[in-house]
Parts: sequence; structure tokens; C-alpha cells
Amino acid sequence: MPVVNFLVNEVLSVPAYLVGIIVAVGLIALNKSVGQIVGGALKATLGFLILGAGAGVVVNALSPLGELILAATGAQGVVPTNEAIVSIAAAQFGAQVAWTMIGGFAISLLIARFTPLKYVFLTGHHIFFMATMLTVVLSVADLSNTMIVVVGSLLLGTIMQIMPTFAQPFTRRVTGNNTLAMGHFGSLGYITAGAIGTVVGKKSRSTEDLHVPEGLRFLRDSMVATALSMVIFYIVFTTWTWIKLGDTAAFDILGATNGGNFIMLGVALGLQFGIGVSIILYGVRTILAELVPAFEGISRRVVPGAVPALDVPIVFPFAPNAVLVGFIASFAGGLLSFGLLAWIFGPVFGLALILPGMVPHFFTGGGAGVYGNATGGRRGAVIGAFANGVLITFLAALLLKVLGSLGFENTTFGDADFGWFGIVVGNVVKLGAIGGLVGLAVLIVVLLFGASRYQQRLVNVEWKPGLEHSEWVAEEEAAEKAAIAEEAARKKAAATGGETS
Amino acid sequence: MKVICVCGMGLGTSILLKMNTDKAMKQLGIDADVDAADIGTAKGAAGQADFVLTSAELAEELEGLPIPIRVINNFMDVDEISAAITDVLNLEQL
Repeated sequence: MPVVNFLVNEVLSVPAYLVGIIVAVGLIALNKSVGQIVGGALKATLGFLILGAGAGVVVNALSPLGELILAATGAQGVVPTNEAIVSIAAAQFGAQVAWTMIGGFAISLLIARFTPLKYVFLTGHHIFFMATMLTVVLSVADLSNTMIVVVGSLLLGTIMQIMPTFAQPFTRRVTGNNTLAMGHFGSLGYITAGAIGTVVGKKSRSTEDLHVPEGLRFLRDSMVATALSMVIFYIVFTTWTWIKLGDTAAFDILGATNGGNFIMLGVALGLQFGIGVSIILYGVRTILAELVPAFEGISRRVVPGAVPALDVPIVFPFAPNAVLVGFIASFAGGLLSFGLLAWIFGPVFGLALILPGMVPHFFTGGGAGVYGNATGGRRGAVIGAFANGVLITFLAALLLKVLGSLGFENTTFGDADFGWFGIVVGNVVKLGAIGGLVGLAVLIVVLLFGASRYQQRLVNVEWKPGLEHSEWVAEEEAAEKAAIAEEAARKKAAATGGETS
Repeated sequence: MKVICVCGMGLGTSILLKMNTDKAMKQLGIDADVDAADIGTAKGAAGQADFVLTSAELAEELEGLPIPIRVINNFMDVDEISAAITDVLNLEQL
């Protein structure tokens, strides 16, 4: 069958074409015009090829930093950046990732159709990143490509339903109702922050009464935040290496001629990293702009009335100050954890050094701040987001252990759920061919059963974590209003008294 | 007509906004090309676009663009987006 062979080997196993075909099928299902179908499919294919172009730039800008950190500290240094690790993995695993995305989406719709969990996870880039992480972790085990896709799809569909479920009682405290859910794989951090808020912040005022300086606003621009953090890392580690190794040995790493040249070569590489990530983002955006509407259209038909689970910035407008407070607290948690990794955990347990990237700390730290504030005011936002920063650093360090050869790329997945789910799946898979599959089946059943019970017992009955906090705030506000009213009444009385006398 | 929808990364919420803007445009019977973008890309692409839709926080970052910017509070609310589009287009006709 030369035609079948041609299709399988030359078309379906080339990830870029596969993604184009998937998008074309989605657009056909939505009754789009021929022009839109051809244009959309071609754009998605080009988007995937752009990923490859960006991956080259990112790797060239990252590996010298790895060498510098190794020379300075003797440990492997890692900058968690989802886009970077995904683009590197796409070259080797692209076709399985594309199939796993489609399979996972189908499984999540089946779960929504037949269990109490009714969410539609619409954050396309996180579905893509999670599919990549699962494919990489499963490929370490002795499984055929087909089995990787089947098992990966089941795991992906499960996590796309359970994380919005577990976060929902807290998401509801933020948004005030059940019309939207959290569809972002930093959810373990948000749940942690929300839970911490209920404990520490019974009597803490909201972050929204604070006056937060506007100086950090520019970090909302992801291109600026990525390039800036990389430039800072390069300046720190070129200087550190220079001090440690002395002139010649240090300069040789980057092929520099003198000290000034050495540091500026580092700065240039930091900027190059920003460029690489921007290229990859452009590619991902091109694919998703076609894929997400198709996903949404299909899920609306299959599971009418499902709750859309959306990307984390959707909660930012509910507490804009908490986002900045959370970012700073999370970044502080990341810095402290970096110190602990360099000082104790690296040397003793052989964990890699995880550098605090600004983008993961801004988005997940900001989200954790909003959740912490909703259940526990300022204290909840600060302590909850700090915990998120510690969490994403240590989870990223532990995740590297199960990523196989991809664990040596100087970058990794940044958000909490990639960490915990990858570590669990990676270790279950190590039980062997049969033991691993049985273990994963048990894991999926336990997670889905647990999440269904949670949905029925805690989400459907309107459980309100952090209720004491909001009652306290309401009381305080009422007292304040009463005081103001009393003051006004007294003034009025004094004024009228003055008139009559 | 060309519209740019903006969020921090240009990946998640801006694509949702694009999706719902497409729906709103269809309801209004307008043939429009809607793109998702991050702040940097949006600033660069503003020259070829008619207007920008984004959140309140990011609107501050985009101040000074030569084209109108409209704030959308609920990115999932097609009616709110329709109202914003009608508002912008009326402004331009004046």
C-alpha cells in the first residue's frame, strides 16, 4: 500500500502537517468557507514550523548560560520557560503531542458528558504544553508510540477536568459566581494560596485598599519580562564566573576578549533569548487562533452548558493590586528556594538550580495573590503567593528527574501542575511495562472519582472557603460606614446647633 | 476592517476575546479580520488596524496609540463586545 505508507510516513508523522489537518477538520466541522479552511490550516502548519525556528534561537541563547552557571556554582542551572522546553521537544515528539492533544480533548469531553465534572478547558497553549510534558514523561518508559498517545490522552483529559474542579470553590470566592472556572496548569499554586488564605487571613484587609506603586506595571508585557530576566541572569552569572575563574578561563566560555566584552556578550545572549521566546509565542499564537475556536465550537455542541475553564489573567481584574503583591511575594519565594537549592538541596540531593523566571512568577504568582486575597486578604495574598513561589521552584527541580534526556536542556516546564502531575506520572511509569500501565489506570480512576466526589460534596453545595475573612471585612466596612455616618450626623447637628444659637 | 485583541502573552485571554469578537462581528454583520496579540505586537500592528480591544489594566499600557482603544470587562460577554464595537464605529463615522 504505497499510498498508505506515503500518508503515514510523509504526512501524518510530520507534526506541522498533522496540526494543519487537525485544524482543517475542526474548521470543516464548524461549516467554515473553503477559503477560511485552507487559510486556517496553512496558518496552523506555518505556526508549527515557526516553533522550530524559535527553538534554535532559544537553545543558542540558553546553553552558554548553562555553562556559566556550571562554572560558577558547579550545578546545573535551569530557567523554567514553558515555550522554550516545548519548542525543543517538538522536534522529537511533535507528532505524538499533536495526537495526544486531540485525544485528550476528546477524553475531556467524554468525562464532561458522563461524570459530574462539567468543564471545558479552553486554554489552548496549556493543553499543548501538558500534552508535550506527558508525551516526554511517557516516552521514558518502554511503551509503543500508539500506547504513548492513548495513555497520554487519558491522562490529559483527566487533568483538564480535575484541576478546574479542585480550584472551583476558590475560583468562586474570587469571581462571586460559577460562570467561569480556572483553566490554567498553575492551579495547585492557586489552591494552595486559597487554602493558606483561609488559615492566616481571618482578620486581614483586602489588598485592594492598598496603594500599590505603578512602577512594576511594565512587567505585564511578556516580551519585556522575559528579556529583562534573562539579561539580569546573564549579568549575574558572567560577573560571578569572572570573579571565580579569573580573566582568561572565564572569558573563554563566551569567546570574549576582555571583561566589558564578556559581560556585554552575556547581555546580547539574554536579549537573544527574549527574541527566541517571542518567535515561539508568535508560532503558538498562530496555531491557537485557529484551534481554540474549533475546540470551543465542538464542545458547545457535545456538552451544552459546560463551564468554560479559562486562562489565569481572567481573574486579574477582580483584584489588580493582589496581582502585583502576589508577583513580588512569589518571586521572593522563588529567590529563597533558589538559595536553598544552591546551599543545601543541590549539593545533598543533586537537584538542579532553578532560577526564578519573571514570567512564571508574574502569571502564577499574580494568580496566587488573587486567590490568597479572596480567602485571606493581604496576609493571604502575600503568604499564599510566597508558597506558590516555593512550590513552583521545587516542583520544577523534581520534575527534571523524570524528563529523561530532555532534563538536560537548561530549561523546563514552569507551572505547578506540570510539576506535580509529571512527577507522579513519571514515577508510576517506572513500575515497569505492565505495572506502570496498571498504576496509571488506578491513578486516573482515583483522580476522577475523587474529583467527582469533590464536585458533588464541595462545589455543588456552595462551600465557601475563607467565609470568616469576608464576614470580618463586611463587619469592618459596616463599622467604618457607621462611624462616618455618625461623624456626619454630629457635624450636621453641630452646624444646625450653630445656626439656631 | 481589522481589529486587534490584546492580553499579556497574546495566547490565552486574547484568543478568547478574539473568538467572542468574531461572534459579535458576525451578529453585527460586519466582515472583520480579528487578531490576537501581546502588547508589543499590538503596538507594532496598530498602524494597519482600525481599533483595539483589551482589559482595563492593559489599556493603560497601550495609551497613545493612534487608533481607538476600547476596554472589555468580561471577555466572554459577546453583548458587551458588540456594544463596544458599535460605539467605536459610530465614533469613526462622526
